[in-house]
Amino acid sequence: MVSKIVKVVNAEGMHMRPAGIITKAAKSHPDSEIIMKANGKEIKATAVMQIMSAGIKKGTDVEIIVTGGNEESVLDEFVKMFEDGFGE
Amino acid sequence: MITFKGKGVYGAVAIGHISVFKRNETSVKRIHVDDVAAEKARLETAKEKASQQLSEIYNKALKEVGEANAQIFEIHIMMLEDDDYNDSISSIIETQSVNAEYAVAVTADNFAEMFSSMDDAYMQARSADVRDISNRIIKCLSEEDGESSASDEKVIICADDLAPSETVLLDKDKVLAFVTAYGSSNSHTAILARNMNIPAIIGVGEEFLKTVKCGDMAIVDGFTGEIFVNPDDDTISRLEKKKTDDEEKKRLLQELKGKENITLDGTKINIYANIGSVDNIGAVLASDAGGIGLFRSEFLYLENTDYPTEEQQFSAYKRVLESMAGKKVIIRTLDIGADKQADYFNLAKEENPALGCRAIRICLTRPEIFKTQLRALYRASIYGNLGIMFPMITSVSELERILAICEEVRNELQDDGIAISNKTELGIMIETPAAAIISDRLASMVDFFSVGTNDLTQYTLACDRQNAAIEQFVDTHHEAVLRLIEMSAKNAHEHGAWIGICGELAADTALTETFLRMGIDELSVSPSFVLKIRDAVRHCNLKKEVTL
Repeated sequence: MVSKIVKVVNAEGMHMRPAGIITKAAKSHPDSEIIMKANGKEIKATAVMQIMSAGIKKGTDVEIIVTGGNEESVLDEFVKMFEDGFGE
Repeated sequence: MITFKGKGVYGAVAIGHISVFKRNETSVKRIHVDDVAAEKARLETAKEKASQQLSEIYNKALKEVGEANAQIFEIHIMMLEDDDYNDSISSIIETQSVNAEYAVAVTADNFAEMFSSMDDAYMQARSADVRDISNRIIKCLSEEDGESSASDEKVIICADDLAPSETVLLDKDKVLAFVTAYGSSNSHTAILARNMNIPAIIGVGEEFLKTVKCGDMAIVDGFTGEIFVNPDDDTISRLEKKKTDDEEKKRLLQELKGKENITLDGTKINIYANIGSVDNIGAVLASDAGGIGLFRSEFLYLENTDYPTEEQQFSAYKRVLESMAGKKVIIRTLDIGADKQADYFNLAKEENPALGCRAIRICLTRPEIFKTQLRALYRASIYGNLGIMFPMITSVSELERILAICEEVRNELQDDGIAISNKTELGIMIETPAAAIISDRLASMVDFFSVGTNDLTQYTLACDRQNAAIEQFVDTHHEAVLRLIEMSAKNAHEHGAWIGICGELAADTALTETFLRMGIDELSVSPSFVLKIRDAVRHCNLKKEVTL
């Protein structure tokens, strides 16, 4: 298991589009279980509705936890997505 | 082509395909099922179909609106595959032994509720996305005959009538227009159409629904209340033009309503509207005109079988003045003869009616008709800001006679103890070359001029307006006509009168700057041109040198 804490940089927070991007990426790594911890909640990265309904706003700390599969590279990929603001 | 007619509730034109609204499709009933496994299989099939439809829409959107905008449909597919969402549906089917439709509807409600309760307006709106995908599954469940509704095209919704709950469920982004067999102007469909600014026609009759089918091409004209099913080429091009014109007008309305009629260098002008009947007041108010520059009183005479009484006229004038709430209303006295005839006037047949006994000439030869109209006008004057305008003036002596009759009427009314406004302006039409040429003398006798360019052109160029054979000789921008207008403007201002233009040229945007440079104070045009002229005025710069 590897993990890292990142900050949400998107002005509108984790709204629909970032949620879609995360889910899509999470589903492309079926061997890894990817969990995000934010606002005291644990959210599965494959559950688009959970991400959207968590109401994660700009500046929130999100801990990304990857278990199984190619842990390090998957974590890097997710950290990068957050840092890039999901291409926005 | 088949044409149906009902009542239009919002003036706009829509062109597209018909979608007949099927009831039951959207209302979900709770039904007990014994075979839970079979129900879950039904659900899986419907979900696959819904997912398939969304992929098609996604691909279509990708091509048409680009990736950023198409992405929403990709996310809809993910929502469809979301574990929490699907677990909820499955568990409702299993634990309650109910049909899949019901389980989807309840799940949709719960998830939508969750989004609605978030403290972020954007996320609150996501409840619509949950409902959207859920409705798609429900639709797929009830459409097991395989009919595809994958189309993302905007359609004309046709129904017997639509209940509030049904209009709520409609995906409003996909509605071009509503057409219903029944319903009233206040029905939910009508209200919704007005809110959405899309055309709707109600009460077209039940025959309509028996005739049309999904996919039929149709044009909805919300102005006339007509719907053309499978229209012919002529109708298509005619309505396409109407649609474009209407959209242009609404665009101007959005941008220019409430703005000033002012040029880039700060010159202001009044833009008023021309109307021919009390019924047009609504159009004037909607057009944002600053007043009425020409109210043709003829309709009172032409629509009657006998001379309209003083009371009839008074109530019509009063209504116009009151409706305009203090804005200028210029009413032109009777202008019949020539091309406008009323039988009961028993006018003699003339060799040359354009040069015959018409307009003010009838009034001066039959003063009793004239005095009735003037009494009605003066009585109405206290209800607003009235201007009275006399047509077809050619001489000073004529105008002297008119002004004497006006004074006589005012004195009579005062003797009878009837209140009249002392602010009523008197003016004349400049529509004969004679009036323009002696405009210096006429200007000192009245408050204002209004140039009737149609007649002024025909009399100046000696060209009959109704004669198509001489069209090539009619130059509407003829220098002679423009010089007469310029001369009248100069004389008006030198003698303390203001000058407007109420003929067709007033709406000619090619001349707007020319008129502004002449010092024209007011342009009066048909209500539909008001904003177009405002737009033209706002683009003029009189400070800029013109090279002749």
